[in-house]
Amino acid sequence: MNAIVEHSQTKKRVAADNGRESVVTIRDLEKSFGDRDILKKVNLDLFKGENLVIIGKSGTGKSVLIKCMVGLIKPDAGHINILGYDVPYLNEAELNELRLQVGFSFQGSALYDSMTVRENLEFPLKRNMKLFDRNKLNDLIIEALEDVGLAHAVDQFPSELSGGMKKRIGIARTLILKPKIMLYDEPTAGLDPITSREINELINSVREKYHTSSIIITHDLTCAKQTGDRLVALFNGQIQVEGSFKEMSQVDDPEIKAFFNY
Amino acid sequence: MKKFLIQLAAISRFVGDTIRYVFKGPFEFRELTRQCYLIGYRSFFLIGFTSFIAGIVFTRQSRPSLASFGAESWLPSLVSQAVVRSLGPLITALICAGKLGSNIGAELGSMRVSEQIDAMEVSGTRPFSYLVVTRVIAATMMLPILVMYADTIALLGSYMMVNMINKSSFQLFVNEVAVSVTYLDIFSSLVKSAIFGFAIGIVGCYAGYNTSGGTTGVGRAANTAVVVSMVFIFVIDLVSLQFINLFRTT
Repeated sequence: MNAIVEHSQTKKRVAADNGRESVVTIRDLEKSFGDRDILKKVNLDLFKGENLVIIGKSGTGKSVLIKCMVGLIKPDAGHINILGYDVPYLNEAELNELRLQVGFSFQGSALYDSMTVRENLEFPLKRNMKLFDRNKLNDLIIEALEDVGLAHAVDQFPSELSGGMKKRIGIARTLILKPKIMLYDEPTAGLDPITSREINELINSVREKYHTSSIIITHDLTCAKQTGDRLVALFNGQIQVEGSFKEMSQVDDPEIKAFFNY
Repeated sequence: MKKFLIQLAAISRFVGDTIRYVFKGPFEFRELTRQCYLIGYRSFFLIGFTSFIAGIVFTRQSRPSLASFGAESWLPSLVSQAVVRSLGPLITALICAGKLGSNIGAELGSMRVSEQIDAMEVSGTRPFSYLVVTRVIAATMMLPILVMYADTIALLGSYMMVNMINKSSFQLFVNEVAVSVTYLDIFSSLVKSAIFGFAIGIVGCYAGYNTSGGTTGVGRAANTAVVVSMVFIFVIDLVSLQFINLFRTT
């Protein structure tokens, strides 16, 4: 990606893949809630092995976009193709098949608070892999927890963990299914700068070890800079600009300029 | 009107999904056992305490009326029929609507707003079976057991009152109860209780599972679960009374 690629409804989208394999392809995606248009013909590609950061103000539809990708929200129009699955048209079984290959890290971690960390990690394994062997379960759980540096927290409840620890456990719970794609929704929201940095490093190390392609939703520019190979700006329900962090920070668009020079 | 019909369709679909998943699975036996423990065992003290008091109060208040007709000996018969046919199931169901309905509504509601249910969905599991079906089955199964327990405790309270006033023997009291209460009374009471349980479970789960609007939404879900299930309990009681009376008169 050498040049900044601009998008708008009037400008034709320029292909920017340089021949790379696309694992997520989104075309003309639209979503409204009542009379409020959230996503307006969004086009997006995620290429194999890259970390794509989506930046934008609160309420511009970033979270709605990734929730559409995993079938949590049904789009009004458009196409979402992930790993060959046409998401809006999948039946329940196909959707679950896809979801096993896509890890989703929630903004609030979304740990099951009535379960210990071990039970949180066992939950998808027992139900999807039908894995009940205690030793195998234990090995997988410890491996996932060691990857996020929290093996010692295995028998703690979420209420006993700090915000950063919860984020890590949330990531470990998705990693345990060995996903091909990771979706991070505001991974550093509400965390102090040091913990944020640790989470950013974790996002990069997850890519190294699990060879994942990731979409990172954030409005934290440090997170965007440390984790993103490519950035796209989602403003007013549309992808406005894309490029590297350096390129984005030099864009003339007043909204994006304001975002980078806050 | 349109909004009401949409809501009605959503509730019907929710009930249909619950029944479908009961047979389709996946079967969450461990969670079902846990819910039976929480709904049943953890309610024993409250149900027992209130039923005991209800038995005493009902006996104490009925006695003067019967005594004025010289029919004091009918007291065990009157109390047992009232307790088994109506008082026991109704008191148990209302207490469970308050205790379980709010519990289920608030628990599922907070899981919804904190995205825990979404997290289950995106991990390829079926939260509906795990969260809804287990709670509805547990409530349906445990209510009849709680009602039998409540009936027994209420009658014990009643005997204590009768014994304090008349020095009546326990055996005589039990004989009077056994003669007055029919198999139809017991059977209809248990079926009615199971329906109460199903209604409390469904309403609580529906309110909680479809919560929106953050912490305010959780409070609203808990409140809706209690109020709507209480209304349902009275409606079910009325309808079942009419239905059971068809068998009594024939």
